[in-house]
Amino acid sequence: MSSQDIEEDEVDGFAEDAGPPRREWRRAWRSMVRGGWPIFALLILVGVTFAAAFGPELAPKDPNRQNIIARLKEPLTENRAGKVEYVLGTDALGRDVLSRLIYGARISLVVGLTAVFIGGAIGIVLGMVAGYFGGWIDDVIMRLADIQLAFPFILLAIMFLVVLGPGVVNLVLILGIGQWVTYARIARGQTISQREKDYVEAARALGASTSSILFRTILPNILAPLTVIASFNVASVILAEAALSFLGLGVPPTVPTWGGMLAESRDQLLAGRWWLATFPGVAIMLTVLSFNILGDWLRDFLDPRLGENG
Amino acid sequence: MWTYIVRRLIQSVIVIIGVTLISFTALQMSGDPTYLYVSERASDEEIALARQKLGFDRPYYVQYLTFVANLAQGDFGESLSYRTPALDVVLERFPATIELTAVAMVIAIFGAIPLGVMAARRRGRPTDGTIMTLAIIGQSIPSFWLGIMLILFVGLGLGWLPISGHVPVLKPILEGHVLEGLRNIPAAVPYLIMPAFTIALFSLSRNARLVRSSMLEVLSQDFVRTARAKGLAERRVISDHALRNAWLPVVTMIGLEFGFLLSGVVVVETIFSWPGVGRLVFNAINQRDIPLVQTAVVIFSFVFVLLNLAVDLVYAWLDPRIRLR
Repeated sequence: MSSQDIEEDEVDGFAEDAGPPRREWRRAWRSMVRGGWPIFALLILVGVTFAAAFGPELAPKDPNRQNIIARLKEPLTENRAGKVEYVLGTDALGRDVLSRLIYGARISLVVGLTAVFIGGAIGIVLGMVAGYFGGWIDDVIMRLADIQLAFPFILLAIMFLVVLGPGVVNLVLILGIGQWVTYARIARGQTISQREKDYVEAARALGASTSSILFRTILPNILAPLTVIASFNVASVILAEAALSFLGLGVPPTVPTWGGMLAESRDQLLAGRWWLATFPGVAIMLTVLSFNILGDWLRDFLDPRLGENG
Repeated sequence: MWTYIVRRLIQSVIVIIGVTLISFTALQMSGDPTYLYVSERASDEEIALARQKLGFDRPYYVQYLTFVANLAQGDFGESLSYRTPALDVVLERFPATIELTAVAMVIAIFGAIPLGVMAARRRGRPTDGTIMTLAIIGQSIPSFWLGIMLILFVGLGLGWLPISGHVPVLKPILEGHVLEGLRNIPAAVPYLIMPAFTIALFSLSRNARLVRSSMLEVLSQDFVRTARAKGLAERRVISDHALRNAWLPVVTMIGLEFGFLLSGVVVVETIFSWPGVGRLVFNAINQRDIPLVQTAVVIFSFVFVLLNLAVDLVYAWLDPRIRLR
């Protein structure tokens, strides 16, 4: 591919509002295959998404069904008939680890994506408003951001979840609100760099309303760096969710989560029941790793100059 | 310089007011806090009496001002589970947490520099690839899981390191028994290794990537080329010229880093039964001891704000570009 091609592609990809054309997708795919790791990440995320979407169909057992006779079975234990009934073993209540793992994908993904969406939406709107108008509005919004950054985030989340009580909605809201600052800072900087450009002037001259200029004219042009941040952000939100579930501040214990499974595994640690702690941890690690790898790839792909290897 | 200091001080005061406002709001959101202080069988009159005595019947702004005035005098309220002042309970555990975070910080910063430099010098070769792959994996491992795995395989499996326990170093020193504290160091180290590494791994990985990319940037600059051109040994080019510039971005992050590591202690101290503030918070969460959680969060935030202030001031003093702005 000549450098001419790349430039053309980039102009195509960013100038149009309608989303990248097919050629852009093909370029993305080729760059992923060349990298190797991004494909690995994509495959894992497709798998996790599949598990999250079709959990009930995929899971071999009911994840909450307790079976006292079959408790604490090691992975790949054969039953009397010589068949492996529990591929990844069972926990202290005789629940199937594999099924709980599959159901757990749902919470991690849903919480991760929703929280990032909420945080992203709040942050982008506030950041763009701050950057576009400047002045005291900018000052107020950015001071708020400073205050929030001064709080170690997990501690803030712990304090509010202890008070409000655990639950999916509270969890998503708090994790989401925790993320807005990152997006606001970037959206603000980008908006400042775009607001005097000709195409924005043109929209203004045509009499477009402020909200139309902000969200229909400027937003599509600053979305690329925000997407990169979002990918890394999903990774860190999933880690935070797991940590909070581990502390018992996540979703109610009847819902299987990876963090919750790890918390329960602690009681079995000294007895050497390694499988209870290993599998949920691997699931979290692979998912988070995939989002990090994709974030790295996306950053290099969208802006080769920024890349660590570029 | 003075304008900068004053502006930075005002900023810190605003942030601290924000911290108190947020933690006050959090307590109010728990519903009527009176119920936290009376027994479950209390009659309506008793509850009303307690509410009046504790001041929860007054307007919010009066309550908030009282709350701040009390904080200023070191009165953080009483822990519900310990029935003693919450501040005393937190401060009692603080030295153990500082020991852990400080060691983690040393690992996260001084471990990252050689790794990042090595990766940058062998850019594109297997060493670089290995270090960077490990770094991205290190950023993806949940710390509490790493702790559990270390306990399971290094502690229980191999039996190399103790899986829980703590020998105090900082506490005897703070109490004036400096020698005793120092003599405890050799005994304390084995207990520190696994929990400190568990807290540090994420930062260590991130810093290694940061050092590498800022090293690559510095290595391509003119003064490095000049140093090489005048025939300086490569080792001296790296240590005297490049590294000095490359680790500035890491130094700026020390303040934030500390706060980040502090947030890690809740989970990691719980796993390793470390007798610090983190495990205290975990237990307080389970007992719904809200005043105690609140005290710990406020203290952590204060430490965090002051540390960031100190780092910024030292940095401004070192870097004339900020000082003269």
